[in-house]
Amino acid sequence: MTDATQPASRGPMLAADGTPLKKSLSRALRMQKMRALALIAPLLLFVLITFIAPIADMLFRSVENQIVSNTMPRTARLLADWDGQGVPDEPVFEAAYYDLFLAAERKEHTRLGSRLNYEQTGASSLFRKSGRGLEDMGELYQDQFTDLNGDWDEPEPWAEIFGDPEWLAEQAAWDGEGRMPRFQLREGAETLLPRSAEHYAAFARFTQTEDGDSPLEEEPWSAVHTALYQDLAAADLSGYDGPRAEMLAAADALVDSPEFSRLPFTDGFAEIDEAWVQPQIWQTLKLYSPDYTPGYFLNAMDMQLTPEGMEKRPENERIYMLLFGRTLFMSLAITFSCVLLAYPVAYLLSNLPSRSANLLMILVLLPFWTSLLVRTSAWKIMLQQQGVINDTLVWLGLVGDDARLAMINNQLGTIIAMTHILLPFMILPMYSVMSTIPPSYVRAAKSLGATNWTTFWRVYFPQSVPGIGAGSILVFILSIGYYITPEIVGGTTGTFISNRIAYHISTSLNWGLAAALGAILLAVVLVLYWAYDRIVGIDNVKLG
Amino acid sequence: MPDTGSSDAFVAFERVQKSYDGVSLVVKDLNLTLPKGEFLTMLGPSGSGKTTCLMMLAGFETATHGEIKLAGKPINNIPPHKRGIGMVFQNYALFPHMTVAENLAFPLEVRKIGKSDREAKVKRALDMVEMGAFGGRRPAQLSGGQQQRIALARALVFEPELVLMDEPLGALDKQLREKMQFEITSLAHSLGITTVYVTHDQTEALTMSDRVAVFNDGRIQQLAPPAELYEEPQNSFVAQFIGENNTLEGVVQEMRGDICTVRLDDGEVIDAKPVNVSKVGERTRVSIRPERVEYNRERLRPGAHTLKAKVLEFIYMGDIFRTRLAVAGNTDFVIKTRNAPDQVRLKPGQEIEIGWLPEDCRALDAL
Repeated sequence: MTDATQPASRGPMLAADGTPLKKSLSRALRMQKMRALALIAPLLLFVLITFIAPIADMLFRSVENQIVSNTMPRTARLLADWDGQGVPDEPVFEAAYYDLFLAAERKEHTRLGSRLNYEQTGASSLFRKSGRGLEDMGELYQDQFTDLNGDWDEPEPWAEIFGDPEWLAEQAAWDGEGRMPRFQLREGAETLLPRSAEHYAAFARFTQTEDGDSPLEEEPWSAVHTALYQDLAAADLSGYDGPRAEMLAAADALVDSPEFSRLPFTDGFAEIDEAWVQPQIWQTLKLYSPDYTPGYFLNAMDMQLTPEGMEKRPENERIYMLLFGRTLFMSLAITFSCVLLAYPVAYLLSNLPSRSANLLMILVLLPFWTSLLVRTSAWKIMLQQQGVINDTLVWLGLVGDDARLAMINNQLGTIIAMTHILLPFMILPMYSVMSTIPPSYVRAAKSLGATNWTTFWRVYFPQSVPGIGAGSILVFILSIGYYITPEIVGGTTGTFISNRIAYHISTSLNWGLAAALGAILLAVVLVLYWAYDRIVGIDNVKLG
Repeated sequence: MPDTGSSDAFVAFERVQKSYDGVSLVVKDLNLTLPKGEFLTMLGPSGSGKTTCLMMLAGFETATHGEIKLAGKPINNIPPHKRGIGMVFQNYALFPHMTVAENLAFPLEVRKIGKSDREAKVKRALDMVEMGAFGGRRPAQLSGGQQQRIALARALVFEPELVLMDEPLGALDKQLREKMQFEITSLAHSLGITTVYVTHDQTEALTMSDRVAVFNDGRIQQLAPPAELYEEPQNSFVAQFIGENNTLEGVVQEMRGDICTVRLDDGEVIDAKPVNVSKVGERTRVSIRPERVEYNRERLRPGAHTLKAKVLEFIYMGDIFRTRLAVAGNTDFVIKTRNAPDQVRLKPGQEIEIGWLPEDCRALDAL
């Protein structure tokens, strides 16, 4: 005997060349693993890129909420420290003014409005309105400066005051082609006129990058005028000897004079819409200013986020739990009716000689060859009140003409149509399991004295359970996420949660809520799957 | 030798025919009786109708024509579960979702036997096949031989008087098969049950049975105890099918009571025992068992016809020597000799003369 075959008690087993046996085994297996990995790599990549990644991205949207902090960064920062009582102070309004002004220039304020509209009705129109109103607020100062000196309405003075001379020269030499020289603030401008410098820089860079225009040729936004007014009111310009010193000195004098009319930001917002001086919009903004929010999930569970914490929505606004419950109940009903219909067919299929079984199998698979829409629409024709079945029943006198049965646009219609559509998914796994049950089991049971029923119930049925399990899981999971058929035949009482998800994806564009609903649906399916595994055992599921 | 008369027949097939497609007969006019306690084997190649006969007896196939009787009563119209026949299947057919004990209790449960009684019977049956400790296991946790024992115990636990076995040892390896052959026969005999056993393995048939029915082409070719079957095959098929056999073809030249002379196709003349040839000039196929061929002249009867033979191959097989010869145009003529100390070991190329006792050489029908 060599060392390699000695028992493990003498230390690790060694291969013929003296390396530990485990190591050399894993080396030998590594090539196999690499090969296997290479074989599945294309599919793995495909699934990762087209399936896992989009789903992960979509699920991420259910908690992601950076729109407020991205669109209104200054406001979000200030609101974080706000106590949530009453209406915020002037600085918050000031921050909101500049944030919204820039957002309006970028045309992002309406997007934020629609986002907040999910949480507070009316937010969308408020933001759209405010985009226009903010312009008026700035024009108050713009007009006064222009009246003082027409140059305040020209691009060049602004550029000279705030622009770095080197940049000015390069920008002036720019021929309209190629890259513009990036705007640089003049040294000292920032310390002297901090707000104006910040907002002029924002304007200049926006003009350069978004519009592709030269800041030397565009007059600044009115928000820059507002900022200049604020700076002049606060700053002392006596030591200033930079470009356009006289012009600035005159403007400073104007601002300090009593004739200069000014408007607090709070009042300006109040003029745009009274809603801005109500606490609600600010509370909503504060609640949704963090980067991540449980709001979509709460919404999907008929709850809402309030300054006091999470609470249930009012009775008349609850819809999703009802839809989840209905989806589960109807999926179970569909699965159950599929089991009842499929079992005898699968039994017959697996016990027929192969020629007749093949013919029958074609009949079972026939629905697969027809478009799903065609089949669903056919059910609509069959089941409607003036449809084939009702007409026949009336003609037979079983149902009065005035009491035609409502079989469509309700739960019954959805259950009937979906049972028909999903039936093959139940028959196929059942058939493949049943056809592996050797006929000798049945014969053995009979030879042992069991009647036909006992043979079926004690011997055949237990062995066909894995097929029922596989078919049920398949049908249940397919139906819980079904969309087209309930959409067409479901009416209002027969629609599923997936229809609501589709609505939020394509109509209301509330993707976050759709993602939250989808995530909950996925979690429900996984929990049910886990429960099924615990109760029935997933080993008992066979597809043949 | 069991009585084959139909008066005390426990199982009887009377003129039974079976057709699946209405065109050809799988079983043609089967007449067979077996007395209580007999171990009968149905032996034959696949497609010979033996399994169909078994299935008709069990009730899983209906006879197209004729009657099957059990203990004197026709059972054609009795469903299988009321026939009370134990059956062991080729693949054991143990219910995979039940434990061994549950499998054994099943026939007792459906017979509404009380729990304590049931448990006692199950235990006894398990002990009978020496599997007492395995009651709690699932069939999948047992080896093939163990499953076979359980299947046997299950077929016997409800104490049937007739047990059918459909190639029950086919899936076992050789050693286990031989052990089980012995166990099944001793069990069947000690319990006194009547057994119908189907196999295509002729060794199994010879070692286990009281009588063997050789099936071919839907008919019983010969029904006889093993020794008779081997030593006195009634036709060429049985001679070929049972054991190893040398054949030479020729024409009957002369009939002298229970000895005839046959002129082989290459002109040589040999002595043979006429079995199913009746007149001079008839074509025949003579059959000689390899171990009955003699090349030691001293042991042959004076005046016996001998044939020239050339040794083609000598195979050492341990207990015996197997020598292949070319005899009268047949290059597959085999002789077997015991590995005794004084035995001559023939060498390839050696020319010898062979002969046999006329009664060992049977003139049968030419196929």
